[in-house]
Amino acid sequence: MRLITTLSLLAAFAAPPALADWQDTLDAARDQTVYWNAWGGDERTNAFITWVGKQTEARYGVSVRQVRLSDTAEAVTRVISERAAGKDTGGSVDLIWINGPNFLAMREQDLLFGPFVADLPNARYVDLSPGAPAALDFTVPVEGMESPWRLAKFVFTYDSARVETPPRSMAEFVDWAAATPGRFTHPDPSNFMGATFLKQALIELAPDPAVLLEPVTEAAFATQTAPLWEWYDALRPNMWRGGTAFPENQSVQQQLLNDGDVDISVSFDPASTAAAIAQGLLPDTARVFVPEGGTIGNVSFVAIPYNAANAEGAQVVANFLLEPAVQARMQNIEVLGSFSVLDPARLDAETHAAFSALPGAAALPTLEDLGPTLPEPHASWVTHLTEAWARRYTR
Amino acid sequence: MSLATAEGRGLRALVLVIVAAGLVLPIVAGLWQTARAGFGILPAIGAGEISLAPLRTLADLPGFDTALRLTLVTGLGATVLSIALAVGVCAAMHGRMSPRASGRLLTPFLAAPHAAIAIGLAFLLSPSGWIARALAPLMGWDRPPMLVSVNDPDGGALILGLMVKEVPFLLLVILSALSQIPVRQHLAAGRSLGYGRGIVWIKVIMPQVWPLIRLPVMVMLAYALSVVDMALILGPSNPPTLAVLLLRLFSAPDIALLLPASAGALVQAGLVALAFGLLVAVERAGRAIGRWWVRRGGRGLSAEPGLWLATTLSAVLFAAGALAMLSLLLWSLAWRWPWPRLSPESWSLRAWSTPGSGWAEALANTALLAAATTALSLALAIAWLEGEDRARRGRAGWAEALIYLPLLVPQIGFLFGLNVLFLRLDLSGGFLTVIWAQALFVFPYVMIALSDPWRALDPRLPRAAASLGAGPWRRLFTIKLPVLLTPILTAAAIGIAVSVAQYLPTLFMGAGRIATLTTEAVTLSSSSDRRVTGVYATLQAGLPFAAYGAAFLIPALVHRNRKGLHPGGTA
Repeated sequence: MRLITTLSLLAAFAAPPALADWQDTLDAARDQTVYWNAWGGDERTNAFITWVGKQTEARYGVSVRQVRLSDTAEAVTRVISERAAGKDTGGSVDLIWINGPNFLAMREQDLLFGPFVADLPNARYVDLSPGAPAALDFTVPVEGMESPWRLAKFVFTYDSARVETPPRSMAEFVDWAAATPGRFTHPDPSNFMGATFLKQALIELAPDPAVLLEPVTEAAFATQTAPLWEWYDALRPNMWRGGTAFPENQSVQQQLLNDGDVDISVSFDPASTAAAIAQGLLPDTARVFVPEGGTIGNVSFVAIPYNAANAEGAQVVANFLLEPAVQARMQNIEVLGSFSVLDPARLDAETHAAFSALPGAAALPTLEDLGPTLPEPHASWVTHLTEAWARRYTR
Repeated sequence: MSLATAEGRGLRALVLVIVAAGLVLPIVAGLWQTARAGFGILPAIGAGEISLAPLRTLADLPGFDTALRLTLVTGLGATVLSIALAVGVCAAMHGRMSPRASGRLLTPFLAAPHAAIAIGLAFLLSPSGWIARALAPLMGWDRPPMLVSVNDPDGGALILGLMVKEVPFLLLVILSALSQIPVRQHLAAGRSLGYGRGIVWIKVIMPQVWPLIRLPVMVMLAYALSVVDMALILGPSNPPTLAVLLLRLFSAPDIALLLPASAGALVQAGLVALAFGLLVAVERAGRAIGRWWVRRGGRGLSAEPGLWLATTLSAVLFAAGALAMLSLLLWSLAWRWPWPRLSPESWSLRAWSTPGSGWAEALANTALLAAATTALSLALAIAWLEGEDRARRGRAGWAEALIYLPLLVPQIGFLFGLNVLFLRLDLSGGFLTVIWAQALFVFPYVMIALSDPWRALDPRLPRAAASLGAGPWRRLFTIKLPVLLTPILTAAAIGIAVSVAQYLPTLFMGAGRIATLTTEAVTLSSSSDRRVTGVYATLQAGLPFAAYGAAFLIPALVHRNRKGLHPGGTA
């Protein structure tokens, strides 16, 4: 209830007079339908997007239709085919949930609208100074071309009824798998989460992790990944199906964990385990663990294609997502459980109270449990890493 | 009379123009666009030089050779095994089961979309699935066994999945072909000469059946070689079959991969052509060897065990398909269903009780698309057949080929190019383009389903009407269409089933904006919630069932006082 009150209060004060341009955007956005292209594999995220649409419809007359993707790259391809056909206005994609290589690809091909983030009224709650987490996407400066909306942090999920002590570091996975062959796997590295698993191991095993923040070079790649491949070659024979087949994504792997086919799954959302238990998708005994050195974290963004038919509506939605009350609702484990991207130093006391009043759950880790957040390697490393993996381990 | 013939020619010409512009043109144009991109020309991403580089990039992809081999093994394997089983079953069961009873048995398998069957089979066969759970107490498994069943690297599960759909299809095709052959007489003659039942089938009856089923077999072969949805769910993943590999390339973040993807689409078309060539070669060789074998006159009674083996295997296949569909329904009603329980631990209607979460809209979209494409295809098919009647001309071979064309060219070969074309015409992403793209595949099936019953219409009926002064339009609307109600509704049901099952055309042409039960079910099959997937897959199978049910019930109601129009009744 309090959230709703906060929400309506914010609605009343959300339009500072200085932003006359923003009023123009709001006027133009009225009655627009924003086609938000977002990965559709998580029912809670889908439900949250539906809720967002209802709110923006009621408050700004902007309705949202989620185009559920099985891979974000589908939306990128769609914009490319549109440009291929010379369709430079009135495009079918208005907003994309995006980050990393997909962002880099669109950015390099000049397929994005913007910069627009600084013009969003709610951007004042976000730390956008150079080098801040919300201003970097896989170490690439965002420069206002995409707007942050949720935090992601890499975690492992295990079933505490079957596993007593999960591995404490990436290196320990080798011994763990040797002791319990066939009970561990990771998503296919052609998938974002599979690539993240490899990156997580790379950061721990690379001789000089600082090099990973620079664009990749052939020499650096060879030196930095050598221990990774050695580690992986030792791990792979004891993986599920002898490391010859991999689940398509983390959802499929979560299902394998639920079915008892494997003992460990991966996620980019620390709250997903508690959420899955509440939904009956994991046993009550499922818990979260992270390696002791910390795990990769990044920010999820929304971007607007250059030819979006409803770019104004898309900005209204991007702005709404940064509303403190919306972020607090998003962080609520009963709703989505995704950590907020707002800068706590920029929030007022009432919002702080709203955040600290959020409910907890047995399988929900605290921020302290999650350990330090490691930066993503430069996006060029990902492409190299997955290609090298495919060359090495595809039959 | 000559006036009617002239009018018939006019109607025929009109239908031909529509078919050429609506069906053939998009396919040819789509192939052309794909071919251009395959050879390095896609101005939108700054590629403008003819080169073989896309093909080389494709060939250098890790696992490309394996993907090619997998495609051939699964496609050819499923087709050959399906033919063997279907022929075996026909030989063993023909005459022992009424055509109506077998039709009723086969209908559910024909109606259920590939994706739904695949999702159900994935649960049935997986190491933690239904079969393993049933075996767990016997084998003492406390954890799912470390077996490789679904997504096996050799494509076995994919072959099985394809066969669950293909064997019933072939059985139906063979049964309808058999109605044109005096099977009983041949069989009696053969057996009186001392040949075993199976040998008569192989030596005498199959050579007559083959020309009648060659085209449907080619359709099946082209489909099996380029299937996407089933291969995504049941097939190998590292590497996958060529069609799935291409879908991955088409949707990769690296835009430059569109070129090798297009080159791959051409390779895919080439593979299908190669398989057709192989089919012709085998047919030629079979003809020569067959003649020699028949003349040799060996009596060989030993084919019987083979026939019963084929029948048993087919029964197992049907049982697997039925269990797969049942498991979908159960999952949609489950809350927790953990290993090793045979039935859900707790039940819930939650997945069904939230239509707003998406299934209501997907169902509405699917129903709308199915109704529109089927109505369009039926109208066109009836116009075509009526045109043939009025012009008093049979169908030329090229016209028959025209009808089959969309079913013989692999979808991925022209859909990307067609999408680029539609975008250029500013037509993409709407219901109309999806209806159009689906109709490319619905029309041929409707046309094929309606042609034979239309020609079998008792010519005395329209003749009697004509002699009473009824003009051609009145004869069509008051005599032919009402009498042909049953086959028309059956054709409509087939059309609906085909439309519901379309995956790639809906995905590509709808710009992902038009969510149907099939696109959502395939997307959800890679999610973690089997219960929601179960809802979509159940609806996806349920819609065609309902259509077939209506095709069965409506004529029975409308014709309840027309004994001569009942199936099996005498005219």
